Amino acid sequence: MSEIVIAGIGMTPVGEHWATSLRELALEAIEKALHEVEGLRPQAVFVANMHAPVLSRQANVGPLVADFAGFRGVEAATVEAGGASGGMALRAAYLAVASGEVDAALAVGVEKATDRVGAGVESAAATVLDADYEAEQGVTPAVQAALIMQHYMQETGAPREAFAAFPLLAHQNAVGNPYAMYRKAVKESVYHRVTMVSDPLNLFDAAPLADGAAAVLVARRDALPPQTAQPLVKIAGFGVANDTLAWHDRDDLLDFAAVRRSVEAACRRAGCTPAEVDFFELYDAFSVYVPLILEAAGFAPRGEGWKMGQTDALTLDGSLPILTMGGLKARGNPGGATGLYQVAEAVLQLRGQAGDNQIPRARRGLVQSLSGPASLAVTTVLEAV
Amino acid sequence: MEISRHWRLRKQRYALEGEVCPHCGAKLFPPRDVCPHCGLEAKQTYTFVGTGTVVSWTTARQAPEAFAEQAPYVVALIQLDEGPKLTAQLTDLGDTEPYPGMPVEMVTRKLRSDREERGLILYGYKFRPVLERALAE
Repeated sequence: MSEIVIAGIGMTPVGEHWATSLRELALEAIEKALHEVEGLRPQAVFVANMHAPVLSRQANVGPLVADFAGFRGVEAATVEAGGASGGMALRAAYLAVASGEVDAALAVGVEKATDRVGAGVESAAATVLDADYEAEQGVTPAVQAALIMQHYMQETGAPREAFAAFPLLAHQNAVGNPYAMYRKAVKESVYHRVTMVSDPLNLFDAAPLADGAAAVLVARRDALPPQTAQPLVKIAGFGVANDTLAWHDRDDLLDFAAVRRSVEAACRRAGCTPAEVDFFELYDAFSVYVPLILEAAGFAPRGEGWKMGQTDALTLDGSLPILTMGGLKARGNPGGATGLYQVAEAVLQLRGQAGDNQIPRARRGLVQSLSGPASLAVTTVLEAV
Repeated sequence: MEISRHWRLRKQRYALEGEVCPHCGAKLFPPRDVCPHCGLEAKQTYTFVGTGTVVSWTTARQAPEAFAEQAPYVVALIQLDEGPKLTAQLTDLGDTEPYPGMPVEMVTRKLRSDREERGLILYGYKFRPVLERALAE
């Protein structure tokens, strides 16, 4: 079988796009992605979105976006898997191409978070939880993350201050990302002064839900035009694993088992080990997720992931750079689009187009999006061709 | 507020009715019909005693619309004495700061209202510290 490659990517800046609609955001990202490779049209369009049915009263986002972007006669559907929606849209595009059903498929992620503000957004965010047994107790994703953080500190002895390292790193890296929501480094003293969201979790421990769209064009390599303007990036491995949706149903509260399973599966398919990747775009929706992901993915012993934040290991010139373009925290978290921003940013690294944030000689990247506290983990190994 | 949905959950909300697996004996709450421990069907009802301990807790300060008037409120992960864990608000705390292993018991409280949509009030389980006198007995 021919290799499956990423032939084009497109992103909008992440932020508050008051003047731009859901469909217009999606179109902007799609046009950029298609523009990167002339003469290749997708026969399938998978649109990742989390909150439009609640925030914008718009379901049927897949067919809407495909129509608005000018596609006719193609396959089009919404892909919703919570925070992993973007990763799963790429998965759908990959499977469509890998099966031989289509030569090229487009994964588009779009989120329009600012159609409502304040408590309305919290209500929408809470719909990804178990509605009957979590949300009806007043739980939101941030409240759930606070419960996890409190338990993690209690069980591992991690000091409260240790969690500052991850949002600070995200903000530092976002300075060099023109698409990021917050392109400003943050001092540790500021981190400790901000509003408490749900003790011990503060405003800087939670990535901001924002507007944005990202598109990734997937194709069989032998279906591409002979000359492509952009360097190609190969999808070398994919791994997807689920776990209990509600955190209270976990037997082991501090094991992101789906992270481990999906990383192992993706690396096995790619013929590499996690230690052989040049960087890791991980899902920092909440600061406490970062150590739990690093531990489950095998980069740190159980209970010690927080210690990696105290070293230089995770910085752009460290042994395992993470959040290389600002992560969810500082690039922003445009819900269903987030997983595809992560992929597009990894593609920039592997093409050598990451500008000030370029990781030298980046050849292989690990990209992972999560739904909730690893209720679903979608992991991709990408390689420069 | 979706009346039939909340009516359907009345036995769980008012009486902590869960399930026991007839194959491996695991007690399940919330009820889930398929035992996560042995993978077999588990539809036999079991009513939990309603006592447990706090595993983790947080004070929620940024609430969704339906809970905005209650903020700040304390949410906890509780391990029931029969084994399973659930998420619930803590109530009647007074000046008591929760701690890991804190003994708690289920009480029925107002969870929220429908915010004047039709004047409906949703009741369900919360947990309060077990009274010292009760512990001594």
